[in-house]
Amino acid sequence: MPNARPSPEELLRRIEAEEQQSRRGRLKMFLGYASRVGKSFRMLDEGRRRKQRGQDVVIGYIQGKLGPDVSKVLETMEVIPGLKVRVDGKEEEVMDVVAILRRHPQVCLVDELARDNPPGSRNPKRWQDVKELLDNGITVVTAINLQYIAEQQDAIEKITGKRASHTVPEAFIRSADEIVIVDAPPDDLHQDVPSSTADTRRLSELRELALLLAAEVVDQQLHQSLELRGVETFLGSQERILVCITPRSNAKRMLESGHRNAERFHCDLLALYVRQKGLSDSDEELVEKHLALARELGAKVHILEASGSASAILEFARAHAVTQLFVGHSLRSRWHELLFGNPLDRLIAAADAMDVRIFPHSEPRPVS
Amino acid sequence: MTSQSPARKGRFKIFLGYAAGVGKTYQMLDEGQELRRKGVDTVIGYFEPHGRKDTIARTEGLEIIPRRKIEYRGTIFEEMDTEAILKRKPEVCLVDELAHTNVPGSERTKRCQDVQVLLEAGISVLTSLNIQHLESLNDQVWQMTGVRVRETLPDWVVDQADEIVVVDVTPRALRHRLERGVIYSPEKAEKALENFFAEHNLSALREIVMRHAAHEIEEKLSAGSGDSISPGLRDTPLSAEPTGPKECILICIDERPSAAVLIRRGRRVADYLRAECLAIYVSPDPTLAHLAQEEREAVEKHLGFARNLRIETHVIEGNEVSESVVEFARARHATQIFMGRSPSQGWKHRVRGSTLHRAVRLARDMEITIVAERRR
Repeated sequence: MPNARPSPEELLRRIEAEEQQSRRGRLKMFLGYASRVGKSFRMLDEGRRRKQRGQDVVIGYIQGKLGPDVSKVLETMEVIPGLKVRVDGKEEEVMDVVAILRRHPQVCLVDELARDNPPGSRNPKRWQDVKELLDNGITVVTAINLQYIAEQQDAIEKITGKRASHTVPEAFIRSADEIVIVDAPPDDLHQDVPSSTADTRRLSELRELALLLAAEVVDQQLHQSLELRGVETFLGSQERILVCITPRSNAKRMLESGHRNAERFHCDLLALYVRQKGLSDSDEELVEKHLALARELGAKVHILEASGSASAILEFARAHAVTQLFVGHSLRSRWHELLFGNPLDRLIAAADAMDVRIFPHSEPRPVS
Repeated sequence: MTSQSPARKGRFKIFLGYAAGVGKTYQMLDEGQELRRKGVDTVIGYFEPHGRKDTIARTEGLEIIPRRKIEYRGTIFEEMDTEAILKRKPEVCLVDELAHTNVPGSERTKRCQDVQVLLEAGISVLTSLNIQHLESLNDQVWQMTGVRVRETLPDWVVDQADEIVVVDVTPRALRHRLERGVIYSPEKAEKALENFFAEHNLSALREIVMRHAAHEIEEKLSAGSGDSISPGLRDTPLSAEPTGPKECILICIDERPSAAVLIRRGRRVADYLRAECLAIYVSPDPTLAHLAQEEREAVEKHLGFARNLRIETHVIEGNEVSESVVEFARARHATQIFMGRSPSQGWKHRVRGSTLHRAVRLARDMEITIVAERRR
């Protein structure tokens, strides 16, 4: 998510990191929500196209059972044979990292990123093999099933009742230079096998999860690239809700509504309190209570010291690319309004790039 | 996809992409070929080759229903021949570019209406669509890309799809395709790369596609929830029923062009909150006879636009807009009133003494949303 403008030092650090990155191979990832959505095929097809365009492409690992479509593509490609290892009396194939490094192709295709290597292998995990290839300047195109991402395991378990025993850290997924979602409706997956509605439902939930994760990665990359170029334009591709807390606002209603909205939009919820001087003890207590509730509802809480609340709120909202600003009627007080104008009015007038939602001061009166 | 009895509606599947050239048509044709191989009677109802060789090759062996020629102002245009398709009555029909507007003189104004006719006749339809054509995203897309998309599609058409497939490539790969001249002619490609196809535009649109597809899946899950899911799974965040009160959004229309922004935004938020959505226009004379012709037409256009997005519209008699709006909102148990800013110089005049200002004061027990101005 976007933050306030980075400092020159921060920019320099990022540029250096980017140069470092350019010596690395590029990582491109095909993300699917289940097996059989066609990740491996898309990966191979990309390899085939790149080869046609003259790039030096090899296959580092491809899973054993393949459809006829895949086999046809495979015939035209160079495959680096895997190492055969016996584990518990069963033969297993491990990607031969040394052989690939020796061959040093431009591009290496690696299927099933989430595999664990057998004990005694060069790296315990395949994604670590891939990292080694990248560090040596080899571009890797790979495929991953959402269900094998470590940080997604709680969500996956809720849907499928199962956790994966071997996983890839989400940070590695997010480090990909490019991520492609491989999508197919659940019905296309079990084409010949009749499926139950419960299966379809579970698959749909996984599918939604994969799309939202991909959207997040895209959003993150988008903001990074914009920041790097010093572009401050707010693109509004993602909603972001900010709830402004004051002692007298109906914080419960605002926060609960904000929380519901954030869930429906799958977006961030922020809460902001601009510290007011000279509050009574009971008001201070109220603010603390509101902020505790905000945290409980998953809001990221920010507290600012500023003199003018309206301008501080606006500045904060702009810097955080807020699209929906929730404020309470209670921002105004009669006498202050008469002397200095109304901060709520000022806020509404100035906040023209976001929706401003004004909440009642207290619970609604019974409707007559 | 199986054969349909005429009494049943055809299945409706949309290949959704974030820009031209991502491969929607290609994937649609691929699926058409697959169906044909399985013995499903599949035809191409409309196909836009754009001179793309790879794509054209994918049509091989598929029956193409010839287009209908329509003359308009001395020029011949070609449109999908819906009547010919109905007569041919295939099981599945492939229709490119769902958001297309037909040339005047066609039977129906929009291609999506033609598709509706096919579906009702029991013909399943595979179709392609780019996200920027979605009506509720029109202002956002304009703000992001500087392009005001003219051919739009009400969101409910997409909601009706049985299946939505996201067709994804990375913006980098898409820009390479453009550079190689796969998508447009060289001059057009060069301009596109600097404008609509700028990498950040593509990323933003791509993010919107993913979020929108996720949203559509969630809506389907919620519509079909309750029966098939095991009790232990019921409280997953993805399948959870919305808690809290049922929302109702009331959009307050006026004669200004910005009312369209208000309507789109209200519709979009209502969709996400699963809220009811109403729109009203307040006038001393509900026949609108007192308005200047230009204003009357503007109001009628807005009301028609809202109805097209399946928003219930009302024209209410009243002399004081803020009072009538708040009264109506109370009567209909609206939880949120959507309003625009009033036009004027300086914030004091803009807000104080305006309809908005008065409504905010009158509706101290209600939530009022003042919708963002979309500017570039």
